[in-house]
Amino acid sequence: MRGITKRFGDLVANDHIDLIVEPGEIHALLGENGAGKSTLMNVLYGLLQPDEGEILVDGSPLKLKGPADAIRAGIGMVHQHFMLVPVFTVAENVILGAEPTQGGPIGRLSLDQARREVIEVSERYGLPVDPDAVVEDLPVGVQQRVEIIKALTRDAELLILDEPTAVLTPQETDDLLEVMRGLKESGKSIVFISHKLREVKAVADLITVIRRGKVVGTAEPSAAPSELAEMMVGRSVILTVSKEPARPADPVLSVSELVVADDREHRAVAGVDLEVRAGEVLGIAGVQGNGQTELVEAIMGLRKVMGGRITLQGIDITTMSTRETLDAGVGYIPEDRSVDGLVKEFTVAENLVLDAYRRAPYGGRIALNLGGIAASAREKISEYDIRVQSHEQPISALSGGNQQKVIVAREMSRPLKLLVAAQPTRGVDVGSIEFIHNRVIAERDAGAAVLVVSSELDEVLALADRVAVMYRGRILATVAPDTPRDKLGLLMAGVHD
Amino acid sequence: MTATTVPGVSGVDSGFWTRQRKTGVVLVALGLIAAVVFGLLATSKAARFAVGETTSGFALSIPGTLGAVLFGVLAIAAGAVLAATGRRFGLWTALSLAAFVASFLCWQVSQAPGTLNTLALGNLAKGSLELSLPLVLGALGGVLCERSGVVNVAIEGQFIAGAFAAAMFGTIAGSIWAGIIAASIGGLLISALLAVLAIRYLVDQVILGIVLNVFALSLTAFLYEQFMQKNQDAFNKPPRVPQWDIPVLGDIPIIGPTLFKANIFVYVALALVVAIHFGLFKTRWGLRTRAVGEHPTAADTLGVKVLGLRYRNVLLAGLVAGIGGATFTLLATTNFNKGMTSGLGFIALAALIFGRWNPVGAFLAALFFGFANQLAFSISALNSPIPTQFLSMLPYVATIVAVAGLVGRVRAPAADGKPYVYG
Repeated sequence: MRGITKRFGDLVANDHIDLIVEPGEIHALLGENGAGKSTLMNVLYGLLQPDEGEILVDGSPLKLKGPADAIRAGIGMVHQHFMLVPVFTVAENVILGAEPTQGGPIGRLSLDQARREVIEVSERYGLPVDPDAVVEDLPVGVQQRVEIIKALTRDAELLILDEPTAVLTPQETDDLLEVMRGLKESGKSIVFISHKLREVKAVADLITVIRRGKVVGTAEPSAAPSELAEMMVGRSVILTVSKEPARPADPVLSVSELVVADDREHRAVAGVDLEVRAGEVLGIAGVQGNGQTELVEAIMGLRKVMGGRITLQGIDITTMSTRETLDAGVGYIPEDRSVDGLVKEFTVAENLVLDAYRRAPYGGRIALNLGGIAASAREKISEYDIRVQSHEQPISALSGGNQQKVIVAREMSRPLKLLVAAQPTRGVDVGSIEFIHNRVIAERDAGAAVLVVSSELDEVLALADRVAVMYRGRILATVAPDTPRDKLGLLMAGVHD
Repeated sequence: MTATTVPGVSGVDSGFWTRQRKTGVVLVALGLIAAVVFGLLATSKAARFAVGETTSGFALSIPGTLGAVLFGVLAIAAGAVLAATGRRFGLWTALSLAAFVASFLCWQVSQAPGTLNTLALGNLAKGSLELSLPLVLGALGGVLCERSGVVNVAIEGQFIAGAFAAAMFGTIAGSIWAGIIAASIGGLLISALLAVLAIRYLVDQVILGIVLNVFALSLTAFLYEQFMQKNQDAFNKPPRVPQWDIPVLGDIPIIGPTLFKANIFVYVALALVVAIHFGLFKTRWGLRTRAVGEHPTAADTLGVKVLGLRYRNVLLAGLVAGIGGATFTLLATTNFNKGMTSGLGFIALAALIFGRWNPVGAFLAALFFGFANQLAFSISALNSPIPTQFLSMLPYVATIVAVAGLVGRVRAPAADGKPYVYG
């Protein structure tokens, strides 16, 4: 790839990027969330058209009008969010777009041949999977195998893996790295996108680091982690948050024998007991999809509780509505800010008073007090260092980090007994991460109980005073944050000694 | 590396009273009503059920009271088995409801005055299928559209456009074939508007469908007043489709008159049910259609032309629903009239949902509504004490009960109604 540039409006996502991938090479693309890695790969896969630059395969330039052209050129991609039809079988997903038929104008499918193809590829590359299983019933690790098989049946010579380990347990990650090495042995090239240094160092032959849409350099996998991290973020980062030891007081939140169902009416939380005391941070670690979302939503009154009790300083809040829960002194940073935390069409100022619009000084019995809302918005924008042109800007015009700061500002401007923070820094730049982490700790030191849920183990370890590991709807163990990572990894995979 | 086996997440225990068991209890209650109420109301006179198309010929005969009670007990039994086991929901529900209807018929037929106490089952079956024809074709149009991710509320509009075009061009050309082709083009035109506005201009598909219905109803009403009303002979005297009598086969009890003394629409509808079912689940087109309706982004990343496929399916849907419209003017005994589709497009939509977006399911659901309709006709011919207004409500009540009560939670194609934008 030579001089690739891609702009979205004013934002330059890729700025004259050059990238060369040799045959039989695992080339890691390292960079933070939002650095432009995925954009670059979407260009390479034909999903986005570059504004400038060209793509060359074996020395000859290639014009990609769509993914079909990329597939024909031997490029395969495993997307961060799997591109699998949930209600289809593995075989149906694999053949979609390149279906073997029994000939004739009707195009009758040959599912037998599809099954054979799946089995053949899965055996050759050590990717065991049942061709007749329905995809939505498979664990994510297996779904990812299906994605890889999909690319391989199309004779991909270059495989793009976009953040493949984000949804995997440590053990599944190890399996994947092993598969990647096997693919390399058989001559395939791989572009491995990640922001996790350990994995990149473990498997890559060459590392290209991208920051803010530009290539900042390449490195050998033997480079020191601190050096790579610095290239990634542009300055030395303190991965740990500096904080005083916690001084836990009385219990604030206690959850006992909680059972919650997910949208498919499966038992997502299957009997959870936990307690958070005033002045401490309880971190919940675990791979995504092990009931964390449902647990948090149940506490906040956003999801019906099937059994068990939730109390806040002794008061039963199990069946309270969300408004009552908030009014009882709970702050909430939801895991998906664009769905639950903000109204995208509203301005920054409006989003800042979503919780308090009906109280003075923001609103009376009938009308809103726009002056009061604006004044408080300006105050919070400066206090929380929210980078905006005006408080009347629509929230959707802000970067992820600044959007998240709006939520933090709103939730922390009430006196809190309990702060529930789910994925508080997902998709947020490093500067904002630091800011948000410090705010969370400040809230703890002011005497609030804090529950942090994150799928980023580093984040949990940095913030928490105690770490509870959640697996398949249960708390497997509660450990100290200085527990060795490999032990935590085993716990996250459900192995408990 | 070995496959990581993870035990399935256990379902939430909904206790002993599952939906299946609850339905069983309701069926038992219905059976009790049948055995007691219908049994008391029925007379000791024989209830005769002729197997042919007319009331003459061989007939099964059963004393009214005995029949009403016996079938009521059968309905109770089937419901009780369902309540006790909670399994084989479809089988026991169908059996219990059928017995309920039979008990009801024993009452109705036995109380008919004089020699009216015969019901022609052949006629009942034939009428059910014929009345369901527009619904079958309309629901198939819905399947084609919605399986690829475009909501089709415009079936009513496609019907009326088809009905009008069939009457107009069928009369002008003096040919039913011209009428059928014109009808499919009429439906296609409404579909083309739906496709362009929904796929290209991303208009909300439910609102768009309703607007298109109003548009088609008013446009055909306008054209009717301008042309047809003034000159009925030249523009609104379409030929009727002939009934093809197949010898021997046509004399088979019940099925004979239904399938082998039938018209072109019956065969077209049945052929389309089979063809679309096969196409959807066994061919490349079907796999891609379902993929686009469930997860268009996934299909796109594999080089499937999402929008092209949607255009094609929406247009096909109009074609099929337009033929459904032709049944109003080429099959029934009336000529074209303003608003003559009288909301059947929405019943077709209900059949689509009741049939769970599945061609065969939609066919069976449409047949059910057709049966309810025909039953109302047959019963009023028996001089029933039930007011005719209630009888003509029957199909609509059946629709509400079926869609609300029997369907349970259905899953529409995941991307149904969601426009797809590249990039």
